[in-house]
Amino acid sequence: MSSDVRFTDFKSDKQPTWCPGCGDFGTMNGMMKALANTGNDPDNTFVVAGIGCSGKIGTYMHSYAMHGVHGRALPVGAGVKMANPDLEVMVAGGDGDGYSIGAGHFVHAVRRNVDMTYVVMDNRIYGLTKGQASPTSREDFQTSTTPEGPKQPPVNPMALALAAGATFIAQSFSSDAMRHAEIVQEAIEHDGFGFVNVFSPCVTFNDVDTYDYFRDNLVDLGDDDDHDRYDFDAAKDKILDASKEYQGVIYQNENSVPYEEQHGLDSNMADIPEGAPDDAMDLVREFY
Amino acid sequence: MPADFNWAIGGEAGDGIDSTGKIFAQALSRAGRHVFTSKDFASRIRGGYTAYKVRTSVDQVQSVVDRLDVLIALTPRTIDENLDELREGSVIVYDGERTTMQGVEIPEGMVGLNVPLQSIAEEKGGAIMRNVVALGAACAVANFPIEHLDSSLEKRFGGKGQAIVDNNRKAARAGRDYVNENFDHEFDYDLETTDNDYVLLNGDEAIGMGAIAAGCRFYAGYPITPATDVMEYLTGRIEQYGGHVVQAEDELAAINLALGGARAGARAMTATSGPGIDLMTETFGLIATSETPLVIVDVMRSGPSTGMPTKQEQGDLNQMVYGGHGEIPRFTLAPTTVAECFHKTVEAFNLAEKYQTPVYLAADLAMAVTEQTFAPEEFDMDAVEIDRGKVVDDDTISEWQNEKGQFKPHALTDDGVSPRSFPGTTGGAHMSTGLEHDELGRRTEDTDMRVEQVDKRNRKVETAKEREPWAYREFGDTDSGNLVISWGSNEGAMVEAIEFLEEDGVDVRFISVPYIFPRPDLSEVINDADDVIVVECNNTGQFADILEHDALTRVKRVNKYNGVRFKADELAEEIKETLSQEITA
Ligand SMILES: Cc1ncc(C[n+]2csc(CCOP(=O)(O)OP(=O)(O)O)c2C)c(N)n1
Ligand code: SF4
Repeated sequence: MSSDVRFTDFKSDKQPTWCPGCGDFGTMNGMMKALANTGNDPDNTFVVAGIGCSGKIGTYMHSYAMHGVHGRALPVGAGVKMANPDLEVMVAGGDGDGYSIGAGHFVHAVRRNVDMTYVVMDNRIYGLTKGQASPTSREDFQTSTTPEGPKQPPVNPMALALAAGATFIAQSFSSDAMRHAEIVQEAIEHDGFGFVNVFSPCVTFNDVDTYDYFRDNLVDLGDDDDHDRYDFDAAKDKILDASKEYQGVIYQNENSVPYEEQHGLDSNMADIPEGAPDDAMDLVREFY
Repeated sequence: MPADFNWAIGGEAGDGIDSTGKIFAQALSRAGRHVFTSKDFASRIRGGYTAYKVRTSVDQVQSVVDRLDVLIALTPRTIDENLDELREGSVIVYDGERTTMQGVEIPEGMVGLNVPLQSIAEEKGGAIMRNVVALGAACAVANFPIEHLDSSLEKRFGGKGQAIVDNNRKAARAGRDYVNENFDHEFDYDLETTDNDYVLLNGDEAIGMGAIAAGCRFYAGYPITPATDVMEYLTGRIEQYGGHVVQAEDELAAINLALGGARAGARAMTATSGPGIDLMTETFGLIATSETPLVIVDVMRSGPSTGMPTKQEQGDLNQMVYGGHGEIPRFTLAPTTVAECFHKTVEAFNLAEKYQTPVYLAADLAMAVTEQTFAPEEFDMDAVEIDRGKVVDDDTISEWQNEKGQFKPHALTDDGVSPRSFPGTTGGAHMSTGLEHDELGRRTEDTDMRVEQVDKRNRKVETAKEREPWAYREFGDTDSGNLVISWGSNEGAMVEAIEFLEEDGVDVRFISVPYIFPRPDLSEVINDADDVIVVECNNTGQFADILEHDALTRVKRVNKYNGVRFKADELAEEIKETLSQEITA
């Protein structure tokens, strides 16, 4: 780690192919800022991305990175961190990737509490497959595959996380650059699984959950002196409050002990002996 | 044929059949005798017939045969289930006092030993020891010194206190004494002992041991019969070497966790059985495309779908050779004995890292749950070599950077193998993806680069074909025109079948193949033979199909897919019969 890392060091020289105006630009910039601010550099950082427009992020960032299969980025990230706890691991993906095909992994990643950061670029639509309903789409949101709306209530990602035992839950808005970067930074600094749902508007397929909508409706908890992020019940009330969209750290468990610590994982598993371990014959002798 | 002795204990699942059988097997092994065990079990936890069979000889034993000398029957069904294997003179030990055994008929010609197992056990400290009383009775019949049971009773019950161990020892002796005092039948078995020290282990355990020896430090899996033992073995042991086992939420997570571990630089593994392999297949393609070294163990069981979860089959071969969308370079190894499970696991890790590919290790239920004795030197840890392949570090990385200082994880090389940089290596940051990519790992749809990368990945297989031995094991009469080929756990049964065939004046050359892809080129030996038979535990003859394709000729097939492994004597009969048949197209 070096102190003179700038956030642009996390930028690759590939030009993003996101639509001009896509929320993912801002989401990514905030992530890079947060990484640099927390003293990481590309060589000790591992970014895992899912599949979707959001999942392209690994290509536009510069670090060690894995672009997984659809919905399975979280277990890859957990595997990286367990095998080498010295690495800073960040996982990013879309709402379809994380809450639909990957919903099972999301719940288990939350309860596993590996010390990594999960950023979901929530545009409430499937972008890459050109505009179908996602699990966070509104009940009446008309799309190519749901002409009359999904007719199912949207998933509440933060409620899912809270119920699964999350130790850090936050929400941000990609276009509120400073706050977004700050919140991601807090997620990185959290000891455990830092989950950030980022409103990252899709300007091409979602004309409901737009920049204007979020600008008009977002309530920043940073301005709400009354909100105590360490108070579970207060967090629950905010999370279940369907009338507002919140920004900020909504819940944090002060007593979070990351998975690696609980399991005594502190070594880089890439380091192994050149042959079998010295006492390997003991393994054989067990079978006498 | 070595003089061997076949023994079994059978009853209801939950009756302690497994642990009793294991105690006996271990005692034999410690007495310097070779042992081969097999299990009949149903897919339920309590209730349902289950049996543990032990075959023992002073010579190495490699298979089961169609014969039982002594059967401890805890339920009447045990006798019915084993009627085929019981012979004139076979001894059946049973407790006629138990209500379930009342009125049980001992078949004509067999010797029934009615031993009040339960009452004797109660007298010695508890009904729970009735199986041990039965073991004592079996020792009397087999003329096997009871002292040899002592250390395995100690191993089994030592954790529960010396009093329990002592009671069990007394119970065993009481069982022996009861037989000696109450039956004047002459049993002409004599289980002589030797000074040899053997170890007794099953295929799953050998795989786990091989993984630790090979430096595997990260295992992620999801329980499934018959692969769970690999995970259970590693749990509690791998930590002593700085490793970790994760029980994932499903196989999709398991293989992706393992992938993450491998990308971080650990030697990583997952093990599952058929249904789990199905779930892992999407990620399998990603592993190959991102050129991640990973060992995936498939302990096959009867399929398709949930099939017969506790029964033997070798039906996933095509899945391991062809499975996945697109075309996927890979290796598929198939150990042929329990000891080979150890060696092939070590080899699998080396191949995975040298060529940066996923490697399937194809084991099967028969091998996974079979315990076999070996001289400990068969697991020679000093001989374990670890080859991590082309790994670059801070000093060597610049050779693999472009003019802008970017690392090329998919550099186009003559041998197809590119450099690897573990995360943390300065200047090695790069992206890995399942998308087609350029040398830097970045997505591309450039038509030339696509072709170059596909060729590069496949070139690794070509390189490996040249550099690695891809040897096979050969048995029998190498000059014989009768050629038998098998893969996986059929080797043992076939090796013994050769002896049965010799007795009948039939000579065969037997080739046992531990590599499925790539594999040794057998086209010449196949074409030179008069008759070729491929033996495998599946219905369609998946390996036979592959060999026919290689050698451009037709082969005969012996297939078994009723859920039970081949038995040596039965296999010899089948071979004889098949040799006399014409190939029907
Ligand atoms: C197994 C599988 N199923 C389906 C797809 C097709 N697919 C690619 S991206 C995607 C949805 C992406 O939506 P989201 O995660 O919300 O990301 P966005 O594109 O909106 O950023 C789907 C269904 C796939 N790649 N793999
Ligand atoms: S389709 Fe939507 S999510 Fe995808 S790049 Fe365009 S704006 Fe962004």
